[in-house]
Amino acid sequence: MTPIRKRRLGKIFLLVCGVSTALGLALTALQENINLFFTPSQIIAGEVPEGIFIRAGGLVEKGSLVRTTDSLELQFSITDGDRNILVKYKGILPDLFREGQGVVALGKLNQDKVLQADQILAKHDENYMPPEAAHALKEASAANQLTKPLEDNGK
Amino acid sequence: MNWVWLHKWGSPKWFYALSGRYLPWLTITSVVLLTVGIVWGLFFAPPDYQQGNSFRIIYIHVPAAILAQSIYVMLAVAGAVGLIWKIKLADIALRQAAPIGVWMTVIALMTGSIWGKPTWGAYWVWDARLTSMLILLFLYLGVIALGQAITNRDNSARACAVLSLVGVVNIPIIKYSVEWWNTLHQSASFSFTQKPAMPTQMWFPLLLTVIGFYCYFGAMLFMRMRLEVLQRENGSQWSTTEIDRLIGEHK
Repeated sequence: MTPIRKRRLGKIFLLVCGVSTALGLALTALQENINLFFTPSQIIAGEVPEGIFIRAGGLVEKGSLVRTTDSLELQFSITDGDRNILVKYKGILPDLFREGQGVVALGKLNQDKVLQADQILAKHDENYMPPEAAHALKEASAANQLTKPLEDNGK
Repeated sequence: MNWVWLHKWGSPKWFYALSGRYLPWLTITSVVLLTVGIVWGLFFAPPDYQQGNSFRIIYIHVPAAILAQSIYVMLAVAGAVGLIWKIKLADIALRQAAPIGVWMTVIALMTGSIWGKPTWGAYWVWDARLTSMLILLFLYLGVIALGQAITNRDNSARACAVLSLVGVVNIPIIKYSVEWWNTLHQSASFSFTQKPAMPTQMWFPLLLTVIGFYCYFGAMLFMRMRLEVLQRENGSQWSTTEIDRLIGEHK
């Protein structure tokens, strides 16, 4: 490579490095705002202000979904495996909403750390499976539970 | 190491001859792979256990999104080559790849939001993955607009190359957005290096469409570049002969 080309290469390298550094710093500073949702642990720890719209994300806790018979009101709790918070919602849930599934709820937090949600989004994971395979998996885990029922008691 | 074969690609005349030889193969491969992959994916692959049939949009969405990012990386590489070695063909490649990249980004965004409504419950969410992809679209549009706004060809080539290089920083952000931040978008289902997150009968048609999209891009890029090479070399002997031959063919 001729010296002039080397110099040009150096300049390009500097340009890309400089822009990356600037953007990296900006994104680190904005970390909190880029995260789409707060986790239940963050909410319990008081990192989230009350009374403004926030999004909370986590897995719907198994057995926590309570529907009312005469309206669309319902409540469930979401968990990140560590802490959980209660979500109240009135409306139609997305098709993928299930206990054990990830969801993101948009709403306001009240003083009791209950999220009054206006919108529920279902989060999908990266795994895809044909129905038969999912069925087989479920049966396998059911069989497992029958043989050693003590292990599953914790959760 | 002998770099002659690579240097030859830098000559417009040589490029025109070689690309003409590869073009039919690329076209045939892409048509075959896309037909087989799409028919297989849309009609024969099993439905997903949760999403049912709506997951099938993956066979368009994922290849388009991968291509959108790959093409931008190509833009940046072409930009760097153009800036360092002052190769005109690099500028032609950059200029002709950008519109294809725009369409790939648009397809990825559109199919994603069509899928998002039934799956997530919203067409659009301002999460890091979706937003960075939208920025990619604006970067592409910026490169095209910049290229057309500056009339001096050398200046315009330099400006486009610099913008491509600056914008390439967005690519790792798109790629790792789902890992760095909490996003609604799931992490990658398809990767050339990792074990796929789905069974073979779902994954293989996806592999076909991804390779098919790459071949389609190659064929499109060659076609567009050949046209611009002919236009730019207009006046040189070989291009005049070639243009006469092409006109004669169509008479």
